[in-house]
Amino acid sequence: MTLDAKIPAGPLAEKWSKHKFNLKLVNPANKRKYDVIVVGTGLAGASAAASLAELGYNVKAFCFQDSPRRAHSIAAQGGINAAKNYQNDGDSIYRLFYDTIKGGDYRAREGNVYRLAEVSVNIIDQCVAQGVPFAREYGGLLDNRSFGGSQVSRTFYARGQTGQQLLLGAYSALNRQIHLGKVKMYTRSEMLDVVTIDGQAKGIITRNLITGQIDTHTGHAVLLCTGGYGNVFYLSTNAIGSNATAVWRAHKRGALFANPCYTQIHPTCIPVSGDHQSKLTLMSESLRNDGRVWAPKTVATAEQLRKGQIKAGQVKEEDRDYFLERKYPSFGNLVPRDVASRNAKEMVDDGRGVGASGFAVFLDFADAIKRLGKDAVSAKYGNLFDMYYQITDEDPYSQPMRIYPAVHYTMGGLWVDYNLSTNIPGLYALGECNFSDHGANRLGASALMQGLADGYFVIPYTVGDYLATIGPKPVDGNHPAFEQTKQEVITRINKLLALKGTKTVNEYHRDLGHIMWEYCGMARTGEGLTKGKGLIQALRADFWKNALVVGANDEVNNALERAGRVADFLELAELMVDDALMRKESCGGHFRLESQTPEGEALRDDDNFAFVAAWGYKGDNQPEVLNKEVLDFEFVHLTQRSYK
Amino acid sequence: MSTGNMNLTLKIWRQKNPDAKGAFVTYKAEGISPDMSFLEMLDVVNEGLIHKGEEPVFFDHDCREGICGMCSLYINGHPHGPKDAITTCQLHMRTFHDGEIIVIEPWRAAAFPVIKDLAVDRSAFDRIQQAGGFVSVNTGGVPDANIIPIPKVIADEAMNSATCIGCGACVAACKNASAMLFVSAKVSQLGMLPQGQPERYSRVQAMVAQMDAEGFGSCTNTGACEAECPKEIKMTNISRMNNDFFSAKLFREEGVSEHAAGE
Amino acid sequence: MSEIKQTFNSSLGKKLIMALTGLFLCTFLIVHLGGNLLLFKDDGGYGFNLYANFLTHFPPIEVIAYLLYLAILVHAVYALVITLNNRKARPVGYEFTNKAPATWSSKNMGLLGSILFLFIVIHMSDFWYNYKYTNSVAYKEYRTDLATGKTTVSDYTPPAADFENSASTENNVEIVRVKDLHARVASSFTQPWYVVFYVIAMGAVAFHLLHGFQSAFRTLGWVHRKYTPVVYFIGTWFFGVIIPLGFAAMPVVYFIQSLK
Repeated sequence: MTLDAKIPAGPLAEKWSKHKFNLKLVNPANKRKYDVIVVGTGLAGASAAASLAELGYNVKAFCFQDSPRRAHSIAAQGGINAAKNYQNDGDSIYRLFYDTIKGGDYRAREGNVYRLAEVSVNIIDQCVAQGVPFAREYGGLLDNRSFGGSQVSRTFYARGQTGQQLLLGAYSALNRQIHLGKVKMYTRSEMLDVVTIDGQAKGIITRNLITGQIDTHTGHAVLLCTGGYGNVFYLSTNAIGSNATAVWRAHKRGALFANPCYTQIHPTCIPVSGDHQSKLTLMSESLRNDGRVWAPKTVATAEQLRKGQIKAGQVKEEDRDYFLERKYPSFGNLVPRDVASRNAKEMVDDGRGVGASGFAVFLDFADAIKRLGKDAVSAKYGNLFDMYYQITDEDPYSQPMRIYPAVHYTMGGLWVDYNLSTNIPGLYALGECNFSDHGANRLGASALMQGLADGYFVIPYTVGDYLATIGPKPVDGNHPAFEQTKQEVITRINKLLALKGTKTVNEYHRDLGHIMWEYCGMARTGEGLTKGKGLIQALRADFWKNALVVGANDEVNNALERAGRVADFLELAELMVDDALMRKESCGGHFRLESQTPEGEALRDDDNFAFVAAWGYKGDNQPEVLNKEVLDFEFVHLTQRSYK
Repeated sequence: MSTGNMNLTLKIWRQKNPDAKGAFVTYKAEGISPDMSFLEMLDVVNEGLIHKGEEPVFFDHDCREGICGMCSLYINGHPHGPKDAITTCQLHMRTFHDGEIIVIEPWRAAAFPVIKDLAVDRSAFDRIQQAGGFVSVNTGGVPDANIIPIPKVIADEAMNSATCIGCGACVAACKNASAMLFVSAKVSQLGMLPQGQPERYSRVQAMVAQMDAEGFGSCTNTGACEAECPKEIKMTNISRMNNDFFSAKLFREEGVSEHAAGE
Repeated sequence: MSEIKQTFNSSLGKKLIMALTGLFLCTFLIVHLGGNLLLFKDDGGYGFNLYANFLTHFPPIEVIAYLLYLAILVHAVYALVITLNNRKARPVGYEFTNKAPATWSSKNMGLLGSILFLFIVIHMSDFWYNYKYTNSVAYKEYRTDLATGKTTVSDYTPPAADFENSASTENNVEIVRVKDLHARVASSFTQPWYVVFYVIAMGAVAFHLLHGFQSAFRTLGWVHRKYTPVVYFIGTWFFGVIIPLGFAAMPVVYFIQSLK
């Protein structure tokens, strides 16, 4: 299959304007004749649903939570980037573009990333107009903070809950359209399949999570805004309900899945405390602005710390290794996430990890408290410190935090072109569930930016072009494809409900997580991945024989929901491993031990791997087919990423 | 999955569906680690139930880091449990002592009907926000973000109100099942900011009307909401909303019908 | 008109009425206490009886008095309506008692209000009703020598049953004949159960206003970083302590005096 990304030709800065002009428009009077389905109500989904409804389309929006406001975008803490250059520190659209391309280790499309940087400024304007209470300076103007992977302050924030505030903004815009009757909102509804007719997406099948009713919904276009698949790892910073079912079902209907192995492991999470753990909690990257990351210089000291014989405060300055500052003098503690995570892992592998388990390094605020005072530190990070205290029962003001990397974000996702369209016409993917803008590693404060860029400023233009092409003829809900897909969904549910083995779905999920973390985590090898692949296949086979699913379909049934999602994770996991096996280079979040520089940094192989790996589904237990979209770099020069 | 040494007795409200009669059922939670969160403790109980082929206890939860507002639970007389300023998912078992009896109930309010077991339907909150909790601006065509300076005290105070996560603990805590803290936080946030001024007086009327229609009780200023709010939203918001509401009703021209009318 | 109706039928509108009537009643308490302090004046009830007479015979005061009775009724009726609505808002209660750290008074305004209503009914039937509509209250005659300022008191028997009051000056002596409410009060306050009931009721006033006064300001939306502490101070010390203490002192003092 040849993949056409449809990146417009011409100078970088003119691509998007030119493209917008070339896109077809839908006559205002005709817009109300189109139905658009939006699945997911996070930043991408809520902003898309609201913006399309404002234009006049009829929107049907779906979320599995009890309210659209609860989508996991809400948990983003740190901030949102925008190339406003309000700080006069040398920022520009081009610099944001460049930082993002470089941060992504040169595995993202130039055209997409430039557009992202370009519309970033509009996002801030939009959010402020909605009443998002961004942090402000005393003069009344917007404040900025700095974030990893960049040397300018371009991150806008709302205390430690930027995600919630942005989502509430998008949610309010969505509410307005619900109020006006332009959006029909379906909560506690999970999409279980996409319906295609003649190769075009025309609707979806959903399950009402309260009544179990299986419904079909028709639409001229289907927008998936369903987030990432980090929960493949069982433990991640994702919400418990975050899942890959929508994208995986779409993938099985023919949508290509791109770069599944690109996962982001976030460096500043609270370490795992035991087997009971159901999720990991992230603490904003902004902590690295003032916190200093260190591990003991010697294994002996680390041992003493692990056994609780000494406290962190008792380790003398000369016995501490501020390893990020030592190795990366110019970026210091603010190196990108993948670099910070990998270095923490190195310390632990080296036997210098701390905490009872040994799987942690320190993030120390003693210097910041000395320099700024406890009150100032508390004003900046108080809520994060409280959160840490609640979880660990340790006071981060008096002793350093213990942190360890955790799965946080997935850069891979459904393959989309410049219009955010998957290879199935009419099926779009926005936000984290597509693969488009972050390459092999996402910079901090860029996820919110991408979700809102896609929803507010890209899709309203590009979906119009498609809709104008297909025309406003109503979608025939009686087409046999709907009933057939619905029956397939019901068959699958019954198959799951028939599982009366001995092991709970959650136990399978945890096992899968262990395999993925071990063999497809922060450092990967050909040998490990091969072994992991075998383990996943065995686990999946066992799941379909030995899993235990209680209850029935026609009621609230958490166990059933969970089973469907884990069954999909068990398939997606294997594709992630396949992709990681195929990509015999290191880049960004994907680190193959076989491919590193003498100093242990990720070593890319641009000659052989400067492409997007887009996988095509060929049937159950069949190897997937790799399609390559070659990445052309016209404007930036590919270099070894350096933060030294 | 025995990872700890706490043993607890749980009295949990079980109710098959909205129309069924519910009752308390007693469960043992054994081998609980003090480092577990309250919801992880319930996970352990549920895994045990599934192994026995019984239906697990249904409760709402999602982000498990105290921000999505989906988790609820009325634990030993407190929404979100006995600790201040946290949600149930942030409550850890070290708060309880070995052998303790814990009573777990759903939020109780006519406007929050029980869906199943411990989960309630909070869509009333969504409808209140749909009635007016927004600034009517379309995507695009907005002015530069820095064109209106907002005094830091105002921005900070608006942010204080905006931290509300819409969990409904205020309703659960209030002896009148009043939603005033929630509604006023939403009204205040937009009412304080310059962006919210054009619709300030129609918004408050629309949202209060919807609040009343949902069947919440009225505020008697006991302060239970403020004391139990996981995000420490202040009752000042309620006064602010009252002020706006009475100004709107008694002295302003615009009525509810002027709010966000269709095309 | 329907919009105004809507306003007062809304949950906030009802609370507005509670707040306004409540504050109005608070202002009355100040006036009432001021007058009652005359009971402590050792003048054979002259000042107090004159004050009682003034209250019941000066037309503008009478209008205000009827407004007052109306306010009491409205306050009570709305309290009832709001309480019933609030009960409806939580049809199924909790198994475990609410542990929210709200003040006792704020959670028991209904109970306190009911005690007060009962008190007001008894209090008014005893004094106001008897004073105004029956002939069960005796009369006193006060003769003040305008030259010396000396007042003498004597019982007075009116010529007709419907005699209200009279004031005249003869030979430089001012003669005032009025109903002797003072004696009625003094005799009531010799009964221990009556005194106890009064003191309990004043306790109820204290707790009712401890919450009620500041709550009214919150309801009205008059909250301000600078002034709210002042409202709290007044609510606590003036309405929560001084006023109820002042009222409660009367029966207690009269009771103690009656023992001598």
